[in-house]
Amino acid sequence: MNKSRRSFLKVAGLSAFALSSGVAALSSTAQAAATMPGSSYKMGAAALKAKRWAMVIDTRAFKGPEDYQPLIDACHKAHNVPTIKGSNQNIKWFWLDKFDHAFPDDINAYQAAGIKERMFPLLCNHCTNPPCVRVCPTQATYQMHDGIVAMDYHRCIGCRFCMAGCPYGARSFNFMDPRKHLPKEMPNPTFPTRMIGVVEKCTFCAERLAVGQMPACVEAAGGRILFGDLDDPNSDVRHALAENYSIRRKPNLGTQPGVYYLI
Amino acid sequence: MYNAKAVIVGAVIFAVLFSSPFWLNFGKDDYKRPDVVLPKNEKECVEPVEYMRAEHMALLNQWRDQALRNEKRVYVSSTGKEWTISLQNTCLKCHNDYANFCEKCHIANSVYPYCWTCHITPEGKK
Repeated sequence: MNKSRRSFLKVAGLSAFALSSGVAALSSTAQAAATMPGSSYKMGAAALKAKRWAMVIDTRAFKGPEDYQPLIDACHKAHNVPTIKGSNQNIKWFWLDKFDHAFPDDINAYQAAGIKERMFPLLCNHCTNPPCVRVCPTQATYQMHDGIVAMDYHRCIGCRFCMAGCPYGARSFNFMDPRKHLPKEMPNPTFPTRMIGVVEKCTFCAERLAVGQMPACVEAAGGRILFGDLDDPNSDVRHALAENYSIRRKPNLGTQPGVYYLI
Repeated sequence: MYNAKAVIVGAVIFAVLFSSPFWLNFGKDDYKRPDVVLPKNEKECVEPVEYMRAEHMALLNQWRDQALRNEKRVYVSSTGKEWTISLQNTCLKCHNDYANFCEKCHIANSVYPYCWTCHITPEGKK
């Protein structure tokens, strides 16, 4: 039999199509089998909703670093965050630093002493343009529809690109098993810990918002930190921003942080 | 054929070794399902037992993605009952005997999931 090049290509193309569509059909039936027919997912009835969550911290209302300690404790207790003392491998979700370090764009040798010496509370800024999300190779960190930059620790491979990408140092790497530095009785037995080799950070308490609670630090601040929808002109945060002078960390980078400081 | 003797002997040895698990287990008892301890107070799981037995890992993956990425933290089961999506607070509330439920079956089937490096079992820190 003398086959022409044309007829050979026809048969080859047809067989490739038949094989690949067969495989695709098989894999889609396998996926369908894993989902129970008739089941569905929905948001909790009590969940707080927003288009763009944001935080406004009134730093004028805090007298000194000791005023922030209850907030840090509340945050770290709610999320089983270990304290690794005297080590550069500490895990931080909510921490303090001086003005020069927090706002390095605005270094001024003659800054008022009240600003210069004051400690500022720092946390993940939940940026509108989060660099950490862009660099994550596994989509372990991602931006949700409500503006929260969240993490799925299951997918984190510990490459630490996000730590290099984040201009705010808001991410911490678990160099060792964090449970070694937590008490035997977990501070919050309803929340997981993390494991060695993953990166972690503040989540804006997405798990608390889902059940209608404000973030742990906001609750502990007793009105000195506002949390609300930046997209809603009538929200507390928008009123606070309209009536006070506010700054954000490293605004010239264009990340559009969601954490505002009243100074 | 060159070296026919060596090649044939080698092929026979390979065939015997390769099939040895089959011969060693021939006539032995069938695989027995481990006697997992079911929750005492609760009769109904989120889905029928056959589905849970075969697909609980797939369901947990879907739960994770829906809760973490889509903020949909309530699962409406095929029977219409609503469940809060949480391995630690929903599954383990009923299945509170880790050693005699999860672990028993996982060991019998030689699977070693690492859920518990992060999620806290009812026994507390492992």
